[in-house]
Amino acid sequence: MTDVIRRFNPMKAEGIALILLTLFLLRGAWWFTVADPRDAMFAVETIVSGLLAGVMYSLVALGFVLIFKSSGIFNYAQGVFALFAGLFASGFMNEFGLPVWAALLLTMLVMVIVAILVERFVLQHLVNQEPIILFMATIGLAYVLEGVGDTIWGSDVKVLDVGLPSGASDTLLDGFGLYVEKLEIAAAVIAAILVILLSVFSQYTRIGRALRAVADDHQAALSVGISLRTIWVIVWSIAGFVALVAGVMWGAKSGVQFSLSLIALKALPVLILGGFTSIPGAIIGGLIIGVGEKLAEIYLGTVMNELFGLNPSMFTAIENWFAYVLALAFLLFRPQGLFGDKIIERV
Amino acid sequence: MFYRETGDFKASYAADLQTFPIALDRYRFWALIAFAFLVVPFLINDYWASAILVPVLVYSLAALGLNMLTGYCGQVSLGTGAFMAVGAYTCYKLTTAFPELNLIVVVLLSGAMTAMVGIAFGLPSLRIKGFYLAVATLAAQFFIVWLVNKVPWFYNYSATGQISMPERDLFGVLITGPAATPEAKYLFCLAFVFVFGWVARNLVRGRIGRSWMAIRDMDIAAEIIGVPPLQTKLSAFAFSSFYIGIAGALYFGVYLGAAEATEAFSIIESFFVLFAIIIGGLGSITGSFLGAAFMVLLPVTLKNMMVDGVGPVWASVAAIAMFAAGAIAMHSIATASTWLRAVALPLALGVGALLGYGVWTVAVSGGLDTAAAKHFEITLLGVLIIVFLILEPHGLARLWQIAKEKLRLWPFPY
Repeated sequence: MTDVIRRFNPMKAEGIALILLTLFLLRGAWWFTVADPRDAMFAVETIVSGLLAGVMYSLVALGFVLIFKSSGIFNYAQGVFALFAGLFASGFMNEFGLPVWAALLLTMLVMVIVAILVERFVLQHLVNQEPIILFMATIGLAYVLEGVGDTIWGSDVKVLDVGLPSGASDTLLDGFGLYVEKLEIAAAVIAAILVILLSVFSQYTRIGRALRAVADDHQAALSVGISLRTIWVIVWSIAGFVALVAGVMWGAKSGVQFSLSLIALKALPVLILGGFTSIPGAIIGGLIIGVGEKLAEIYLGTVMNELFGLNPSMFTAIENWFAYVLALAFLLFRPQGLFGDKIIERV
Repeated sequence: MFYRETGDFKASYAADLQTFPIALDRYRFWALIAFAFLVVPFLINDYWASAILVPVLVYSLAALGLNMLTGYCGQVSLGTGAFMAVGAYTCYKLTTAFPELNLIVVVLLSGAMTAMVGIAFGLPSLRIKGFYLAVATLAAQFFIVWLVNKVPWFYNYSATGQISMPERDLFGVLITGPAATPEAKYLFCLAFVFVFGWVARNLVRGRIGRSWMAIRDMDIAAEIIGVPPLQTKLSAFAFSSFYIGIAGALYFGVYLGAAEATEAFSIIESFFVLFAIIIGGLGSITGSFLGAAFMVLLPVTLKNMMVDGVGPVWASVAAIAMFAAGAIAMHSIATASTWLRAVALPLALGVGALLGYGVWTVAVSGGLDTAAAKHFEITLLGVLIIVFLILEPHGLARLWQIAKEKLRLWPFPY
């Protein structure tokens, strides 16, 4: 953040964008003080639900960041990982009648096997290829996983009930008059625990330190005796674990179905905002996208009407593209993301 | 045997650099073109035109376009579906607003419109690269589909939100609409593919194409030796979108006849074309055609084999092909491994026989349900993508080239 302040220059594109953004936020804050309290309450509700939806995006984005950091691979299949894990979890529970913990453990086992297979049959053969080739390979991987998952469990929508709370939170509803889903709060708590676990893991365990070493410098890590192949299996397993959590949360929210894998695509703008190599970036990017999307869905029509006199009803159902356009606009000003490493190009 | 090159001397650089330097190749190419233009229209029926030939031609154009951008210029695009939508909607708006306008002009203008949209969405490519750009093209994909679906002007305020192509003729022959004959549709598409295939081939080996390849191979180095990145990247976006726009116009006007943006031009369409160029061969004109044909034929073949069954004769052909492919693949895997090398041959034959038998039992009578065939198709597609990226990044086009080199010598070893 200090970096942003130090490099602030009102004459440059980035600076102008920052000023405009600040003005826009101030305008919003001013509206808050003069608006009808019920409208203001609604806005707060929108922001809160946006934050909580953002947490869900962050969950998927986390998996991307883990893999990207350690192997430089942009894993398009991360969303299908979540779908795959959701399919297996719901399959184990609904078809075999296993208890929740057993189903989740078995699914985790499946994800580890997937990680091993991916390393053995895909990554190993594509070491040192260009990133874009690896990216396209993971698109292929996404298709394979989707096809296999559907072949085993069928492609209809499945319920996944792992005993997470549902319905509106009573305390918030009675105390503050806010309508917030319990499930979303649970998701936020679980995501927070996950992030803490991951950072503790990478700071204080032997494997975690090896992971960070690989992320820093592949060749140096190799030279001190860290096996890249083992590390990759571990990283993909962890990404599988994150996908499992994400798949279970999204599955509990809206059922396990193909559209789950499209949520992965939503994680892309999140990553662009946060930077591909930063775990806090993934979280904050997710929150920004979540809030931005929800706010835009409700208020963009009004704003456009106020500014350009456009018909506000035109700006509905925009959550399909808003995140991407936001990310695209952001990319033009700051290609490396909020927290990403500065991009240095050499010939 | 297949090639007789004796006496085929080149007397000028132009003769040496032509697309088909071997005389026999040239004759065969023209024979193929003559066959496609003069014989196929008499053999064609409605099923062949609408299920196989017209989609292959349309997707060939789209694949040519995407290959210019991704294969030659190295800019990955996931927005092909949306650019096809731009072409389709421009075609629709033009032909409904000006019914008298010649259909060829309409299609060309659709391409031109798409080229302009492509340039607009290509502008970010100057600052962002690789999969960052892929995200930018995703923005185009979702935004354009949303826009044409949201603004009623684009679909002429029709109640269903669909666009449907009115009947249009060219020199008195009906080309579009339900009453058009399969021959007319096929020949119309074929003419476009022939002309623009020729243009593409000469574009990519000329100055423009070589500057694209320079940018693809290393953009900063290319900039240093004097290739302007702005013009080069934008020209790649423009030409690529032009082709994709024409493909979109034909896809909607001739092939589908009626379309709904979220269905017909979704991201699945983008992946379809991307897969066509990966399997066909990145950076290859032949590959674009082979890839498009492969992507169209794969689901049709699988459905025929797995759902309907093809009878013993074709099942045997498929089983033998599967046996050969499985045995070769297993053999190459086994020889690469240290502890399987000793048993490579029996293992390869065993695996091949098992796979061949499996194919035979399924294909002879079919009987699987459509959903299972669809899931198998998705899995197979993913496996093929990975296999091609690992073993043969230049795709079917490279395999074709290898086969040709072998055929030139056959039956002699060297």
